[in-house]
Amino acid sequence: MYCDECKKQPASVHLTQMFNGQTTESHYCQECAAKKGAVIFNMDTTFSIPNILASFFGQNVQGLPAPTVGRTCDNCGMSFNDIRQSGKLGCSECYSAFDEELEPSLRGMHGNSQHIGKVPARGGEKVILKKKIETMKARLQQAVAEEDYEKAAQIRDAIKDMEKTLG
Amino acid sequence: MHADQLLNNTMVSWMEAEKGPVSDIVVSSRIRLARNLSRFPFPHLLTSENGRECLKQIKEAWEKSENGELATLELITLDELNPLQRQILVEKHLISPLHAASSDDYRGVLVNGDGSLAIMINEEDHIRIQCLLPGLQVGECYSKAQAVDDELEKNLNFAFDETRGYLTSCPTNVGTGMRASVMLHLPAVAISGLANRIFQNISQFGMTVRGLYGEGSEVIGNFFQLSNQVTLGQSEEDIVTHLTSVATQIVEQERVMRTRLESEMKYQLEDRVGRAFGILTNARIITSSEAIALLSDLRLGVDIGMISGIKTSALNELVVGMSPAHLQQKAGQEMDGYNRDLVRAQVIQETLRGEDDTGELTTDEQ
Repeated sequence: MYCDECKKQPASVHLTQMFNGQTTESHYCQECAAKKGAVIFNMDTTFSIPNILASFFGQNVQGLPAPTVGRTCDNCGMSFNDIRQSGKLGCSECYSAFDEELEPSLRGMHGNSQHIGKVPARGGEKVILKKKIETMKARLQQAVAEEDYEKAAQIRDAIKDMEKTLG
Repeated sequence: MHADQLLNNTMVSWMEAEKGPVSDIVVSSRIRLARNLSRFPFPHLLTSENGRECLKQIKEAWEKSENGELATLELITLDELNPLQRQILVEKHLISPLHAASSDDYRGVLVNGDGSLAIMINEEDHIRIQCLLPGLQVGECYSKAQAVDDELEKNLNFAFDETRGYLTSCPTNVGTGMRASVMLHLPAVAISGLANRIFQNISQFGMTVRGLYGEGSEVIGNFFQLSNQVTLGQSEEDIVTHLTSVATQIVEQERVMRTRLESEMKYQLEDRVGRAFGILTNARIITSSEAIALLSDLRLGVDIGMISGIKTSALNELVVGMSPAHLQQKAGQEMDGYNRDLVRAQVIQETLRGEDDTGELTTDEQ
């Protein structure tokens, strides 16, 4: 097996990385591994949160829209520029307000952007209810398509009730 | 009163090495959970008005709790403490240096009597639950912290999103909001020059290594803090399992290196431990950094049985007890660097020499 990088020397360093459940394997020769190592391994020694964060937020990932200038979070008034500078979000609502802008940063930091851990019992009820509403909306469309307006009205009212509970 | 107890005594739960497994190498284990109240500005944007409202809600949730660990805690707000007292809590690892820098009445800590459980209020996040235990007990810390989290959640609306998980002020904590860590004492790994090689590899497992006082602190006295870096896309159980298994592997490395040092460099090792003991028990003036380096050597001597009569818990207590704020609290006055170095040497001598003639160097002469 030859080195992935220079493709000349035999590979003697084997790197396995696991992120998002996907395993990537890389094979390098000693020389290229040393060069790569400087990039991969220096992370934990020079890991200063504000610096790294600034660089994460500063990233312009190809194919993604540039952060909208001037738009602010409805709840706390922070702009994405404020977040980029302080490395901190303003409130819980910033996460949905700047969802698109945050996505690449979160991937960069965690290698993932989807939570799979604990769900609070309270928030959990909402998650379940939200999913139920989505299914009901699909059924509503189906009823409309079938011109069953009586049924559609019933479903619509049920959704309204659920949305009220959701607050 | 928990506050008086924590301010006037040095010993807290995590120092009781004899009560924790693998505590000859793993000093302590810690779980921290970050939680925030939905829609409230995060603490760095709080005004004193909404900060107080935030504290009020958390306080009510704590007061409503009737059973479990949460009910055993006591609330201390930061305006009740002077800077020295806040620094004492930092040296015990009960609050962060960031938290100690504030004297706001809407920031504080809910803490139990032995310091194993502490909830910082309005630090970087509205709520930071910490469980800190001696030895390798990451799983136990996790269970305790989760129980407190469940109890608080009954009466609080936590900021949570199905995709992003628990929402935190800093995106490096979003998801589980959980930081699990172990404090490792690795003198043999460090002497053998293996530390860098071991730690270079752990970043691939989503983990990182820091110094004695966490983020941004340097490694002193061969104490390394190993913690998870990734909080999004891994479950809490996975983080606990991974951290425990990586810590166990590092502990094995340390044991192998200790055995090798004992067999291949016996006299150099005895010399090093003996010198540390000699200086620590005879110095009249000693700086914190010199003392901590020598205490690391001495601790190794105690761990491998070269020195008898000194408990590991006493050394844990000493490392904290000889820190600046603890020294000044004990002396009942503020002291400059020179006077602290004088009193430090005295405190170390008292601990190591003791009254019952403890601290015998048991090297066999040949």
